[in-house]
Amino acid sequence: MWCCVLRDAWLMAGKDLRLEWRSRVAINQIAPLALLFLVLFAFGLDPDRGILVRATPGLYWVAVLFCGLLAIQRSFALESADGNRDALRMSGLDPAGIFLGKFAGIAAQLLVLEALLVAGVVILYSARLDGFGLLALTCVVATSAIAAAGTLYGVLAAGLRVRETLLPLLLLPVLAPVLLGSTRAFEAALGGTTTDGWPWVGLIAIFALVYLGVGIAAFGSLMEET
Amino acid sequence: MTTPTEHRAPVQDATAATDEPTATSGSRTTRVLGIILFPVLALWAYLAFVGSPADVNQGEVVRLLYVHVPIVVLAYTACFISAIASGVWLWKRTQWWDLVAASAAEIGTVMVAATLVVGSIYGRPTWGVYWTWDARLTATAMLMLLLLGYLAVRRIPASTEVRGRRSAIVALLFVPNIIVVNQSVTWWRSLHQDPTLFRLNLSPEIEGLMFFTLVYSFAAGLLFFAWLLVHRFRVAYLQDQVDALGLDLALEERREEGWDDGWTTGGAPS
Repeated sequence: MWCCVLRDAWLMAGKDLRLEWRSRVAINQIAPLALLFLVLFAFGLDPDRGILVRATPGLYWVAVLFCGLLAIQRSFALESADGNRDALRMSGLDPAGIFLGKFAGIAAQLLVLEALLVAGVVILYSARLDGFGLLALTCVVATSAIAAAGTLYGVLAAGLRVRETLLPLLLLPVLAPVLLGSTRAFEAALGGTTTDGWPWVGLIAIFALVYLGVGIAAFGSLMEET
Repeated sequence: MTTPTEHRAPVQDATAATDEPTATSGSRTTRVLGIILFPVLALWAYLAFVGSPADVNQGEVVRLLYVHVPIVVLAYTACFISAIASGVWLWKRTQWWDLVAASAAEIGTVMVAATLVVGSIYGRPTWGVYWTWDARLTATAMLMLLLLGYLAVRRIPASTEVRGRRSAIVALLFVPNIIVVNQSVTWWRSLHQDPTLFRLNLSPEIEGLMFFTLVYSFAAGLLFFAWLLVHRFRVAYLQDQVDALGLDLALEERREEGWDDGWTTGGAPS
Protein backbone atom coordinates (compact mmCIF):
# COMPACT_ATOMS: atom_id res chain seq x y z
CA MET A 1 0.00 0.00 0.00
CA TRP A 2 2.80 2.39 0.92
CA CYS A 3 4.45 2.01 -2.46
CA CYS A 4 1.20 3.22 -4.09
CA VAL A 5 1.03 6.17 -1.70
CA LEU A 6 4.61 7.11 -2.48
CA ARG A 7 4.03 6.70 -6.22
CA ASP A 8 0.96 8.98 -6.00
CA ALA A 9 2.98 11.46 -3.98
CA TRP A 10 5.70 11.38 -6.61
CA LEU A 11 3.17 12.01 -9.38
CA MET A 12 1.57 14.85 -7.47
CA ALA A 13 4.85 16.54 -6.55
CA GLY A 14 6.10 16.13 -10.11
CA LYS A 15 2.93 17.72 -11.47
CA ASP A 16 3.14 20.69 -9.08
CA LEU A 17 6.82 21.30 -9.72
CA ARG A 18 6.36 21.02 -13.49
CA LEU A 19 3.57 23.59 -13.27
CA GLU A 20 5.81 25.87 -11.23
CA TRP A 21 8.69 25.39 -13.63
CA ARG A 22 6.55 26.28 -16.64
CA SER A 23 4.64 29.19 -15.08
CA ARG A 24 7.70 30.47 -13.21
CA VAL A 25 5.52 32.20 -10.61
CA ALA A 26 7.75 31.09 -7.75
CA ILE A 27 10.94 32.22 -9.45
CA ASN A 28 9.64 35.41 -10.97
CA GLN A 29 7.45 36.64 -8.11
CA ILE A 30 7.95 34.85 -4.79
CA ALA A 31 11.76 34.79 -4.86
CA PRO A 32 12.12 38.52 -5.64
CA LEU A 33 9.60 39.18 -2.88
CA ALA A 34 11.79 37.26 -0.42
CA LEU A 35 14.75 39.44 -1.30
CA LEU A 36 12.49 42.49 -1.06
CA PHE A 37 11.66 41.46 2.52
CA LEU A 38 15.38 41.46 3.35
CA VAL A 39 15.78 44.96 1.93
CA LEU A 40 12.65 46.22 3.71
CA PHE A 41 13.85 44.83 7.04
CA ALA A 42 17.10 46.70 6.50
CA PHE A 43 15.18 49.93 5.81
CA GLY A 44 12.95 49.41 8.80
CA LEU A 45 15.64 48.52 11.32
CA ASP A 46 19.11 49.87 11.03
CA PRO A 47 21.08 50.42 7.87
CA ASP A 48 24.13 50.51 10.11
CA ARG A 49 23.94 46.68 10.32
CA GLY A 50 24.29 46.60 14.10
CA ILE A 51 20.74 45.36 14.74
CA LEU A 52 20.54 43.50 11.45
CA VAL A 53 23.43 41.19 12.31
CA ARG A 54 21.89 40.32 15.67
CA ALA A 55 18.39 39.91 14.25
CA THR A 56 19.42 37.94 11.15
CA PRO A 57 18.04 34.53 12.29
CA GLY A 58 14.63 35.92 13.20
CA LEU A 59 14.31 38.06 10.10
CA TYR A 60 15.38 35.14 7.93
CA TRP A 61 12.66 32.85 9.28
CA VAL A 62 9.97 35.52 9.24
CA ALA A 63 10.76 36.08 5.56
CA VAL A 64 10.60 32.32 4.95
CA LEU A 65 7.21 32.09 6.71
CA PHE A 66 5.68 34.93 4.70
CA CYS A 67 6.95 33.56 1.42
CA GLY A 68 5.83 30.09 2.51
CA LEU A 69 2.29 31.43 2.96
CA LEU A 70 2.34 32.65 -0.63
CA ALA A 71 3.70 29.35 -1.93
CA ILE A 72 1.01 27.42 -0.06
CA GLN A 73 -1.77 29.66 -1.30
CA ARG A 74 -0.44 29.36 -4.82
CA SER A 75 -0.23 25.58 -4.54
CA PHE A 76 -3.92 25.33 -3.60
CA ALA A 77 -5.08 28.06 -5.97
CA LEU A 78 -3.90 25.71 -8.72
CA GLU A 79 -6.26 23.03 -7.47
CA SER A 80 -9.31 25.24 -6.95
CA ALA A 81 -9.51 26.47 -10.57
CA ASP A 82 -11.69 24.70 -13.13
CA GLY A 83 -13.04 22.14 -10.69
CA ASN A 84 -9.61 20.57 -10.27
CA ARG A 85 -10.53 19.63 -6.75
CA ASP A 86 -13.27 17.30 -7.95
CA ALA A 87 -10.98 15.97 -10.66
CA LEU A 88 -8.36 15.21 -8.04
CA ARG A 89 -10.91 13.43 -5.90
CA MET A 90 -12.08 11.34 -8.84
CA SER A 91 -8.56 10.54 -9.96
CA GLY A 92 -8.24 7.56 -7.66
CA LEU A 93 -5.01 8.83 -6.15
CA ASP A 94 -4.58 7.99 -2.48
CA PRO A 95 -5.42 11.06 -0.31
CA ALA A 96 -2.31 10.44 1.77
CA GLY A 97 -0.34 10.38 -1.48
CA ILE A 98 -1.88 13.68 -2.58
CA PHE A 99 -1.02 15.19 0.79
CA LEU A 100 2.57 13.98 0.62
CA GLY A 101 2.89 15.14 -2.99
CA LYS A 102 1.58 18.61 -2.22
CA PHE A 103 3.82 18.68 0.84
CA ALA A 104 6.89 17.67 -1.17
CA GLY A 105 6.15 20.23 -3.89
CA ILE A 106 5.83 23.09 -1.39
CA ALA A 107 8.86 21.89 0.57
CA ALA A 108 11.03 21.73 -2.56
CA GLN A 109 10.08 25.29 -3.52
CA LEU A 110 10.72 26.52 0.01
CA LEU A 111 14.15 24.88 0.13
CA VAL A 112 15.18 26.68 -3.06
CA LEU A 113 13.84 29.91 -1.59
CA GLU A 114 15.78 29.33 1.64
CA ALA A 115 19.02 28.77 -0.26
CA LEU A 116 18.42 32.06 -2.01
CA LEU A 117 17.67 33.81 1.28
CA VAL A 118 20.85 32.40 2.83
CA ALA A 119 22.80 33.97 0.00
CA GLY A 120 20.81 37.16 0.64
CA VAL A 121 21.64 37.39 4.34
CA VAL A 122 25.29 36.56 3.67
CA ILE A 123 25.58 39.39 1.15
CA LEU A 124 23.21 41.98 2.62
CA TYR A 125 23.48 41.36 6.38
CA SER A 126 27.10 40.09 6.39
CA ALA A 127 26.11 36.87 8.16
CA ARG A 128 28.90 34.31 8.48
CA LEU A 129 28.02 30.71 7.78
CA ASP A 130 29.54 28.84 10.71
CA GLY A 131 27.99 25.53 11.69
CA PHE A 132 26.84 24.75 8.17
CA GLY A 133 25.54 21.27 9.06
CA LEU A 134 23.22 22.70 11.72
CA LEU A 135 22.00 25.39 9.33
CA ALA A 136 21.24 22.88 6.60
CA LEU A 137 19.47 20.43 8.90
CA THR A 138 17.43 23.22 10.53
CA CYS A 139 16.33 24.32 7.08
CA VAL A 140 15.24 20.80 6.11
CA VAL A 141 13.36 20.08 9.35
CA ALA A 142 11.71 23.50 9.65
CA THR A 143 10.70 23.41 5.99
CA SER A 144 9.05 20.03 6.57
CA ALA A 145 7.07 21.46 9.47
CA ILE A 146 6.00 24.57 7.53
CA ALA A 147 5.06 22.60 4.42
CA ALA A 148 3.17 19.91 6.38
CA ALA A 149 1.10 22.35 8.44
CA GLY A 150 0.66 24.52 5.35
CA THR A 151 -0.65 21.67 3.23
CA LEU A 152 -3.06 20.63 5.98
CA TYR A 153 -4.49 24.12 6.44
CA GLY A 154 -4.16 24.97 2.77
CA VAL A 155 -6.69 22.31 1.80
CA LEU A 156 -8.92 23.32 4.68
CA ALA A 157 -9.02 26.96 3.54
CA ALA A 158 -8.98 26.22 -0.21
CA GLY A 159 -12.33 26.72 -1.89
CA LEU A 160 -13.58 29.10 0.78
CA ARG A 161 -14.31 32.69 -0.09
CA VAL A 162 -12.32 33.82 2.93
CA ARG A 163 -9.24 31.71 2.15
CA GLU A 164 -6.73 34.56 1.77
CA THR A 165 -7.51 35.91 5.22
CA LEU A 166 -8.23 32.63 6.97
CA LEU A 167 -5.04 30.77 6.03
CA PRO A 168 -2.59 33.15 7.76
CA LEU A 169 -4.79 33.31 10.87
CA LEU A 170 -4.85 29.53 11.13
CA LEU A 171 -1.33 28.78 10.02
CA LEU A 172 0.88 31.35 11.71
CA PRO A 173 -0.05 30.51 15.34
CA VAL A 174 0.56 26.83 14.62
CA LEU A 175 3.94 27.64 13.08
CA ALA A 176 5.00 30.00 15.89
CA PRO A 177 6.85 27.25 17.80
CA VAL A 178 8.64 26.31 14.57
CA LEU A 179 9.67 29.94 14.05
CA LEU A 180 10.95 30.06 17.61
CA GLY A 181 12.90 26.80 17.32
CA SER A 182 14.44 27.49 13.95
CA THR A 183 15.43 31.02 14.99
CA ARG A 184 17.17 29.70 18.08
CA ALA A 185 18.92 26.98 16.09
CA PHE A 186 20.13 29.56 13.57
CA GLU A 187 21.31 31.83 16.38
CA ALA A 188 23.33 28.96 17.78
CA ALA A 189 24.78 28.11 14.38
CA LEU A 190 25.67 31.68 13.48
CA GLY A 191 26.98 32.36 16.98
CA GLY A 192 29.33 29.40 16.75
CA THR A 193 27.76 27.39 19.60
CA THR A 194 26.26 24.56 17.54
CA THR A 195 25.70 22.26 20.54
CA ASP A 196 22.97 24.64 21.78
CA GLY A 197 21.15 24.31 18.50
CA TRP A 198 20.53 20.57 18.26
CA PRO A 199 17.75 20.31 20.91
CA TRP A 200 15.82 22.93 18.94
CA VAL A 201 16.15 20.92 15.76
CA GLY A 202 14.73 17.98 17.71
CA LEU A 203 11.78 20.06 18.90
CA ILE A 204 10.97 21.23 15.36
CA ALA A 205 11.28 17.64 14.15
CA ILE A 206 8.60 16.58 16.67
CA PHE A 207 6.28 19.30 15.37
CA ALA A 208 6.99 18.31 11.77
CA LEU A 209 6.14 14.68 12.54
CA VAL A 210 2.90 15.65 14.34
CA TYR A 211 1.77 17.81 11.41
CA LEU A 212 2.73 15.13 8.90
CA GLY A 213 0.87 12.47 10.87
CA VAL A 214 -2.29 14.57 11.23
CA GLY A 215 -2.07 15.49 7.55
CA ILE A 216 -1.73 11.90 6.32
CA ALA A 217 -4.64 10.82 8.51
CA ALA A 218 -6.98 13.77 7.90
CA PHE A 219 -6.33 14.89 4.33
CA GLY A 220 -8.80 12.48 2.79
CA SER A 221 -11.74 13.70 4.85
CA LEU A 222 -10.79 17.36 4.31
CA MET A 223 -10.76 16.83 0.54
CA GLU A 224 -14.21 15.28 0.52
CA GLU A 225 -16.02 18.44 1.51
CA THR A 226 -17.26 20.97 -0.99
CA MET B 1 -44.50 11.30 -4.25
CA THR B 2 -44.77 12.95 -0.86
CA THR B 3 -47.62 15.24 0.00
CA PRO B 4 -47.12 18.75 1.37
CA THR B 5 -48.53 17.73 4.71
CA GLU B 6 -45.73 15.22 5.06
CA HIS B 7 -43.26 17.99 4.39
CA ARG B 8 -44.87 20.21 6.95
CA ALA B 9 -45.05 17.62 9.65
CA PRO B 10 -41.46 17.88 10.99
CA VAL B 11 -41.67 21.68 11.01
CA GLN B 12 -44.77 21.65 13.13
CA ASP B 13 -43.16 19.17 15.51
CA ALA B 14 -40.08 21.34 15.83
CA THR B 15 -42.19 24.47 16.44
CA ALA B 16 -44.10 22.63 19.10
CA ALA B 17 -40.82 21.51 20.70
CA THR B 18 -39.58 25.10 21.08
CA ASP B 19 -42.75 26.05 22.94
CA GLU B 20 -42.02 23.50 25.61
CA PRO B 21 -40.12 24.63 28.69
CA THR B 22 -37.23 22.27 27.72
CA ALA B 23 -35.99 24.88 25.25
CA THR B 24 -33.85 26.60 27.88
CA SER B 25 -30.26 25.97 28.82
CA GLY B 26 -31.20 25.30 32.44
CA SER B 27 -32.39 22.13 34.13
CA ARG B 28 -32.93 21.01 37.70
CA THR B 29 -29.36 19.72 37.98
CA THR B 30 -27.74 22.87 36.66
CA ARG B 31 -29.94 25.06 38.86
CA VAL B 32 -28.85 23.09 41.92
CA LEU B 33 -25.25 23.29 40.75
CA GLY B 34 -25.62 27.03 40.19
CA ILE B 35 -27.03 27.55 43.68
CA ILE B 36 -24.23 25.46 45.19
CA LEU B 37 -21.73 27.62 43.29
CA PHE B 38 -22.76 30.77 45.19
CA PRO B 39 -21.37 29.75 48.61
CA VAL B 40 -18.48 27.88 46.96
CA LEU B 41 -17.31 30.95 45.05
CA ALA B 42 -17.99 33.20 48.06
CA LEU B 43 -15.74 31.01 50.22
CA TRP B 44 -13.13 31.10 47.46
CA ALA B 45 -13.25 34.90 47.37
CA TYR B 46 -12.99 35.05 51.16
CA LEU B 47 -10.05 32.64 51.32
CA ALA B 48 -8.24 34.24 48.40
CA PHE B 49 -8.63 37.90 49.33
CA VAL B 50 -9.08 37.89 53.14
CA GLY B 51 -8.55 34.54 54.79
CA SER B 52 -5.17 33.42 53.50
CA PRO B 53 -1.97 35.03 54.78
CA ALA B 54 0.11 37.46 52.75
CA ASP B 55 3.27 36.09 51.16
CA VAL B 56 6.73 36.74 52.65
CA ASN B 57 8.16 37.91 49.33
CA GLN B 58 5.18 39.03 47.28
CA GLY B 59 3.03 40.50 50.07
CA GLU B 60 -0.64 41.06 49.29
CA VAL B 61 -0.03 40.63 45.58
CA VAL B 62 0.15 36.85 46.08
CA ARG B 63 -3.66 36.83 46.29
CA LEU B 64 -3.75 37.12 42.53
CA LEU B 65 -2.19 33.66 42.44
CA TYR B 66 -5.53 32.17 43.56
CA VAL B 67 -7.18 33.82 40.57
CA HIS B 68 -4.47 33.41 37.97
CA VAL B 69 -3.52 29.76 38.46
CA PRO B 70 -7.07 28.29 38.51
CA ILE B 71 -7.93 30.24 35.36
CA VAL B 72 -4.86 28.83 33.63
CA VAL B 73 -5.77 25.31 34.69
CA LEU B 74 -9.32 25.84 33.41
CA ALA B 75 -7.97 27.14 30.12
CA TYR B 76 -5.80 24.02 29.70
CA THR B 77 -8.70 21.77 30.72
CA ALA B 78 -11.02 23.45 28.23
CA CYS B 79 -8.51 23.10 25.40
CA PHE B 80 -7.84 19.46 26.24
CA ILE B 81 -11.56 18.67 26.40
CA SER B 82 -12.02 20.41 23.06
CA ALA B 83 -9.16 18.47 21.46
CA ILE B 84 -10.32 15.12 22.89
CA ALA B 85 -13.95 15.76 21.88
CA SER B 86 -12.76 16.66 18.39
CA GLY B 87 -10.77 13.43 18.18
CA VAL B 88 -13.80 11.42 19.30
CA TRP B 89 -15.97 13.32 16.81
CA LEU B 90 -13.71 12.25 13.96
CA TRP B 91 -14.31 8.69 15.09
CA LYS B 92 -18.01 8.70 16.11
CA ARG B 93 -19.33 11.63 14.02
CA THR B 94 -22.15 12.56 16.35
CA GLN B 95 -23.39 16.09 16.94
CA TRP B 96 -22.85 15.74 20.69
CA TRP B 97 -19.06 15.57 20.47
CA ASP B 98 -18.89 18.41 17.95
CA LEU B 99 -20.86 20.70 20.24
CA VAL B 100 -18.83 19.70 23.30
CA ALA B 101 -15.64 20.57 21.40
CA ALA B 102 -17.05 23.92 20.28
CA SER B 103 -18.40 24.84 23.73
CA ALA B 104 -15.16 23.90 25.48
CA ALA B 105 -13.10 25.83 22.94
CA GLU B 106 -15.21 28.92 23.40
CA ILE B 107 -14.90 28.80 27.18
CA GLY B 108 -11.19 28.08 26.69
CA THR B 109 -10.82 31.23 24.61
CA VAL B 110 -12.38 33.33 27.36
CA MET B 111 -10.19 31.65 29.97
CA VAL B 112 -6.99 32.16 27.97
CA ALA B 113 -7.93 35.82 27.48
CA ALA B 114 -8.56 36.11 31.23
CA THR B 115 -5.21 34.39 31.85
CA LEU B 116 -3.43 37.01 29.78
CA VAL B 117 -5.28 39.90 31.45
CA VAL B 118 -4.88 38.68 35.04
CA GLY B 119 -1.30 37.63 34.27
CA SER B 120 -0.52 41.14 33.06
CA ILE B 121 -2.02 42.66 36.20
CA TYR B 122 -0.05 40.15 38.28
CA GLY B 123 3.13 40.82 36.29
CA ARG B 124 3.14 44.57 36.86
CA PRO B 125 3.85 44.52 40.63
CA THR B 126 5.99 41.35 40.60
CA TRP B 127 8.13 41.85 37.48
CA GLY B 128 7.61 45.59 36.93
CA VAL B 129 6.10 45.16 33.46
CA TYR B 130 2.67 44.23 32.09
CA TRP B 131 4.05 42.25 29.22
CA THR B 132 7.37 40.73 28.37
CA TRP B 133 8.44 38.54 25.46
CA ASP B 134 8.83 35.62 27.72
CA ALA B 135 8.46 32.07 26.38
CA ARG B 136 5.37 31.20 28.37
CA LEU B 137 3.61 34.49 27.74
CA THR B 138 4.31 34.32 24.04
CA ALA B 139 3.21 30.69 23.82
CA THR B 140 -0.02 31.54 25.69
CA ALA B 141 -0.71 34.42 23.31
CA MET B 142 -0.20 31.99 20.43
CA LEU B 143 -2.67 29.55 22.00
CA MET B 144 -5.15 32.44 22.14
CA LEU B 145 -4.66 33.12 18.42
CA LEU B 146 -5.06 29.41 17.65
CA LEU B 147 -8.37 29.41 19.54
CA LEU B 148 -9.52 32.54 17.69
CA GLY B 149 -8.69 30.72 14.46
CA TYR B 150 -10.82 27.79 15.61
CA LEU B 151 -13.76 30.08 16.34
CA ALA B 152 -13.30 31.74 12.93
CA VAL B 153 -13.41 28.32 11.25
CA ARG B 154 -16.60 27.46 13.09
CA ARG B 155 -18.25 30.67 11.95
CA ILE B 156 -17.74 29.91 8.23
CA PRO B 157 -21.13 28.98 6.81
CA ALA B 158 -21.19 25.25 6.08
CA SER B 159 -23.20 22.17 6.83
CA THR B 160 -22.75 20.79 10.35
CA GLU B 161 -20.80 17.83 8.97
CA VAL B 162 -18.31 20.01 7.07
CA ARG B 163 -18.05 22.47 9.94
CA GLY B 164 -17.38 19.65 12.37
CA ARG B 165 -14.69 18.12 10.19
CA ARG B 166 -12.83 21.39 9.64
CA SER B 167 -12.95 22.52 13.23
CA ALA B 168 -12.03 19.09 14.62
CA ILE B 169 -8.78 19.09 12.71
CA VAL B 170 -7.93 22.61 13.87
CA ALA B 171 -8.72 21.61 17.46
CA LEU B 172 -6.47 18.54 17.35
CA LEU B 173 -3.50 20.87 17.01
CA PHE B 174 -4.28 22.51 20.37
CA VAL B 175 -2.55 19.62 22.10
CA PRO B 176 1.06 20.17 20.92
CA ASN B 177 0.60 23.88 21.61
CA ILE B 178 -0.60 23.36 25.19
CA ILE B 179 2.36 21.08 25.83
CA VAL B 180 4.69 23.82 24.59
CA VAL B 181 2.96 26.43 26.78
CA ASN B 182 3.11 24.18 29.79
CA GLN B 183 6.71 23.09 29.35
CA SER B 184 8.04 26.47 28.20
CA VAL B 185 9.02 27.46 31.75
CA THR B 186 11.23 24.39 31.99
CA TRP B 187 12.56 24.45 28.43
CA TRP B 188 13.53 28.12 28.31
CA ARG B 189 15.11 30.08 31.11
CA SER B 190 12.35 32.57 31.58
CA LEU B 191 11.05 35.31 33.84
CA HIS B 192 7.89 33.37 34.67
CA GLN B 193 8.18 31.40 37.86
CA ASP B 194 8.62 27.64 37.91
CA PRO B 195 5.71 25.32 38.69
CA THR B 196 4.50 25.86 42.25
CA LEU B 197 2.43 22.76 42.86
CA PHE B 198 3.00 20.09 40.27
CA ARG B 199 6.60 19.09 40.77
CA LEU B 200 8.11 15.73 40.09
CA ASN B 201 9.31 15.31 43.69
CA LEU B 202 5.78 16.07 44.95
CA SER B 203 6.88 18.61 47.54
CA PRO B 204 4.94 21.78 46.86
CA GLU B 205 6.60 25.13 47.42
CA ILE B 206 3.81 26.49 49.57
CA GLU B 207 2.00 24.98 52.52
CA GLY B 208 -0.69 25.48 55.14
CA LEU B 209 -3.63 27.73 54.41
CA MET B 210 -2.04 29.07 51.23
CA PHE B 211 -1.76 25.56 49.87
CA PHE B 212 -5.34 24.77 50.84
CA THR B 213 -6.62 27.99 49.25
CA LEU B 214 -4.88 27.18 45.99
CA VAL B 215 -6.19 23.60 45.86
CA TYR B 216 -9.66 24.80 46.87
CA SER B 217 -9.62 27.40 44.12
CA PHE B 218 -8.90 24.64 41.57
CA ALA B 219 -11.89 22.66 42.81
CA ALA B 220 -14.20 25.69 42.81
CA GLY B 221 -12.96 26.67 39.38
CA LEU B 222 -13.61 23.22 37.93
CA LEU B 223 -17.13 23.21 39.33
CA PHE B 224 -17.75 26.63 37.79
CA PHE B 225 -16.32 25.39 34.50
CA ALA B 226 -18.63 22.36 34.49
CA TRP B 227 -21.61 24.66 35.00
CA LEU B 228 -20.49 26.95 32.17
CA LEU B 229 -19.83 24.03 29.85
CA VAL B 230 -23.24 22.46 30.35
CA HIS B 231 -24.97 25.75 29.65
CA ARG B 232 -22.83 26.62 26.65
CA PHE B 233 -23.40 23.15 25.26
CA ARG B 234 -27.17 23.48 25.57
CA VAL B 235 -27.14 26.92 23.96
CA ALA B 236 -25.09 25.52 21.07
CA TYR B 237 -27.51 22.62 20.72
CA LEU B 238 -30.52 24.93 20.67
CA GLN B 239 -28.74 27.17 18.18
CA ASP B 240 -28.27 24.23 15.81
CA GLN B 241 -31.93 23.32 16.28
CA VAL B 242 -32.96 26.88 15.41
CA ASP B 243 -30.72 26.86 12.33
CA ALA B 244 -32.26 23.61 11.15
CA LEU B 245 -35.72 24.99 11.89
CA GLY B 246 -34.96 28.15 9.91
CA LEU B 247 -33.89 26.04 6.97
CA ASP B 248 -37.06 23.96 7.17
CA LEU B 249 -39.20 27.10 7.33
CA ALA B 250 -37.39 28.65 4.36
CA LEU B 251 -37.95 25.46 2.36
CA GLU B 252 -41.56 25.46 3.39
CA GLU B 253 -42.03 29.10 2.30
CA ARG B 254 -40.48 28.37 -1.07
CA ARG B 255 -42.86 25.47 -1.52
CA GLU B 256 -45.83 27.63 -0.58
CA GLU B 257 -44.73 30.20 -3.16
CA GLY B 258 -44.47 27.47 -5.72
CA TRP B 259 -47.98 26.29 -5.06
CA ASP B 260 -49.37 29.83 -5.07
CA ASP B 261 -47.82 30.41 -8.47
CA GLY B 262 -50.10 27.82 -10.01
CA TRP B 263 -47.70 24.97 -9.57
CA THR B 264 -50.75 22.91 -8.71
CA THR B 265 -51.62 22.60 -12.41
CA GLY B 266 -48.88 20.00 -12.60
CA GLY B 267 -51.05 17.72 -10.54
CA ALA B 268 -49.52 18.38 -7.14
CA PRO B 269 -52.14 18.36 -4.36
CA SER B 270 -52.98 21.83 -3.04
